Amino acid sequence: MTVVLDRTAPAARSTGPRPFWTTRRRDQLTGYLFITPALLGAAAFVFLPLVLVVWYSLHEWNVLADTFNFVGADNYRKLAEDRNFPSVLRATAFFSIGLVVLNLALALLLAVLLNQKLRGTTFFRVLFFSPVVVSLLAWTIVWGFLLQDNGGINGLLDAAGIDGPNWLRSGGTAMASVVVVQVFKNVGLNMVLFLAALQGVPPELYEAARTDGAGPWTIFRRITLPLISPTILLTSIITVVGSLQVFAQISVLTQGGPGTSTTVLVYYLYQQAFQFHAFGYGATLSVVLFLIVLALTVLQWQMRKRWVFHER
Amino acid sequence: MRKTVSIAATFALIGALTACGGGGDAGSDGPVTLRMTTWSANPDHVKLFDTIAAEYKTTHPDVTVKFDALPFENYTTTVTTQIAGGNAPDIAWILEGAAPDFVASGALTALDDSIEDAAGLVPTATALWKQDGKLMAYPFSTSPFGVFVNTDLLKKAGQTLPTGDKWTWENAAKVAAATATKTGKQGLVVRDFDYKDWTNLATVFRGWDAEAWSADGKTCGFDQQPMVDAMTFLHKAIFTDKALPAPGVAADFFAGESAMTIAQISRASLLEKDGFGWTLVPLPAGPAGDYSVIGQGGLGVLKKGKHAAAAQDFVKFFTSPANSEKLAQFFPPPRQSQLNAATLAKANPLLKPEQLQSVVIDGIESGVVKPSHTGSAEINQAVRSGLDPLWKPGADVAGVLKGVCTAINPLLAK
Repeated sequence: MTVVLDRTAPAARSTGPRPFWTTRRRDQLTGYLFITPALLGAAAFVFLPLVLVVWYSLHEWNVLADTFNFVGADNYRKLAEDRNFPSVLRATAFFSIGLVVLNLALALLLAVLLNQKLRGTTFFRVLFFSPVVVSLLAWTIVWGFLLQDNGGINGLLDAAGIDGPNWLRSGGTAMASVVVVQVFKNVGLNMVLFLAALQGVPPELYEAARTDGAGPWTIFRRITLPLISPTILLTSIITVVGSLQVFAQISVLTQGGPGTSTTVLVYYLYQQAFQFHAFGYGATLSVVLFLIVLALTVLQWQMRKRWVFHER
Repeated sequence: MRKTVSIAATFALIGALTACGGGGDAGSDGPVTLRMTTWSANPDHVKLFDTIAAEYKTTHPDVTVKFDALPFENYTTTVTTQIAGGNAPDIAWILEGAAPDFVASGALTALDDSIEDAAGLVPTATALWKQDGKLMAYPFSTSPFGVFVNTDLLKKAGQTLPTGDKWTWENAAKVAAATATKTGKQGLVVRDFDYKDWTNLATVFRGWDAEAWSADGKTCGFDQQPMVDAMTFLHKAIFTDKALPAPGVAADFFAGESAMTIAQISRASLLEKDGFGWTLVPLPAGPAGDYSVIGQGGLGVLKKGKHAAAAQDFVKFFTSPANSEKLAQFFPPPRQSQLNAATLAKANPLLKPEQLQSVVIDGIESGVVKPSHTGSAEINQAVRSGLDPLWKPGADVAGVLKGVCTAINPLLAK
């Protein structure tokens, strides 16, 4: 109340021209000053690069020869004719779908199991969450050793009398191995999010359902799932976007092989730009990656109205 | 999304830096710091480079030379990215695989006037580094491949190393397989191949006179009979005879884990003083007879470096006959006058004169450099993926090799 009086009092008393620096303007300036660093950062590192990357995609840029020529849509035409691109898209889709389905299913299963009031659940929660805080590279390198033909996993299989496959070198198992390594790395994060959501479901709803004679599966399907659907939306967006970013795992474990079976879009982009010195084409691929991520996120956001309960 | 943005940011930064960077001030006076990128962080190498740079500073007090050791695995990628970012090194080591790209692109300054006694360089050593008769980079390291043998392991397996006419690929594979079976270690390791860097397989297939592509770089050689024969031999040696480790099996010769390894002589520095007994022999003869393969490292002055003139002057000093002799202890020199057992023996106490003669001197004079081509990174990648189906038991060797040619023909034609 006092503030309001203070603000209006000078203006009411003033007889001369209205001063430029009114309190309102000063407040606005303060606000803008506060967000300026963040805006500058976003402009320099998000908006400008986004524009530039589109600009670069219209050029052929050879770093060694020091040439930067405008080629219009040539890089996009090259993309349409690129024999490797369909297999790159297939590998990316396989990885993303595999990762999202396995990760979410396993995370939800673990969360439901660890939501029980049993002894030792804290230990298991820590156990499953700990890979999240391990360095991605260290995690991947260790798995690389384990998955070698004479590595730890085949050693265990050998002991059980099973002749294990050459996990990272055979077309059938390489991508599956990369997916599993990544699922174990990050399943803990989604598990914790699901746990928090499960604990937010009001217990009286369960009681009411049980009174009505609902079995555990019906309760899970009719009460738990709808009530944690906002978290399912969140985790699926995070996981889909994350799955399209996979790079270190591919670089360390398979380098895109065998053949091109694990060459996903980000890795292909890296190869083109930084290994083959085709920066323009690399930029074109990153525009495509950006559009795919954008389309999938928009799609998920639109679909939320159909299945996220509080959006209906 | 964040990755997309960060990749985009990288591009943008490169762009911004390119705009800011570049432009030589070669003629300017005042203190100059030259940056030379290398792929060796070996303390002995670094010490020698620093000594040479310190000696140069006594006559050029304004010039400081900084050696920037970059990781070998991504060496060319890192240098290229630095060039793109306007942070080009003044002087760079260049791998033989990337030589055609660097030499042909016009990124390097011609060195003819910067090399003392350029006429004394061995022609096989400079061939890769010349364009229109001009020397674009100095092949400071011209290192032939040989076979290191763990004699202790062979003895333990009751094997003797074949010599003279008996030192053939057929016999080498037999000894390797027998040693592997009897000791539980691995047989013969083609170092740094690891079923990825196939260019190292040139040390095997050249024995069949096979080539990855023709000398003019236009015709694929993978589907030719010599290559089919060489790869059939290799496939059998890996999957039937178990003379070479299978894909995904790690074995380090220098840690005593294999009977033999094909590597460059500079790798002798990895042998421990009190380790196992070893010897070094030339590559075994193939059906096409004796042959030799060389790996090279070139030294080039980048036009986009900030002090090109000063860099050229330092390269003249760094590669002078006197310094070349010092460098010879690690990097076999391309100078005819220094390619004798006496000079090399002084610098390589670990190797016997006859080893130096047979592997190094004969190797450099008659050797063929590992495969290289313009656009080599893309071609290498296509060959690597094309060869992947070969690395399993029962593969159709001729079919796979035909597929490699289908994959690289459009790239060779570029």
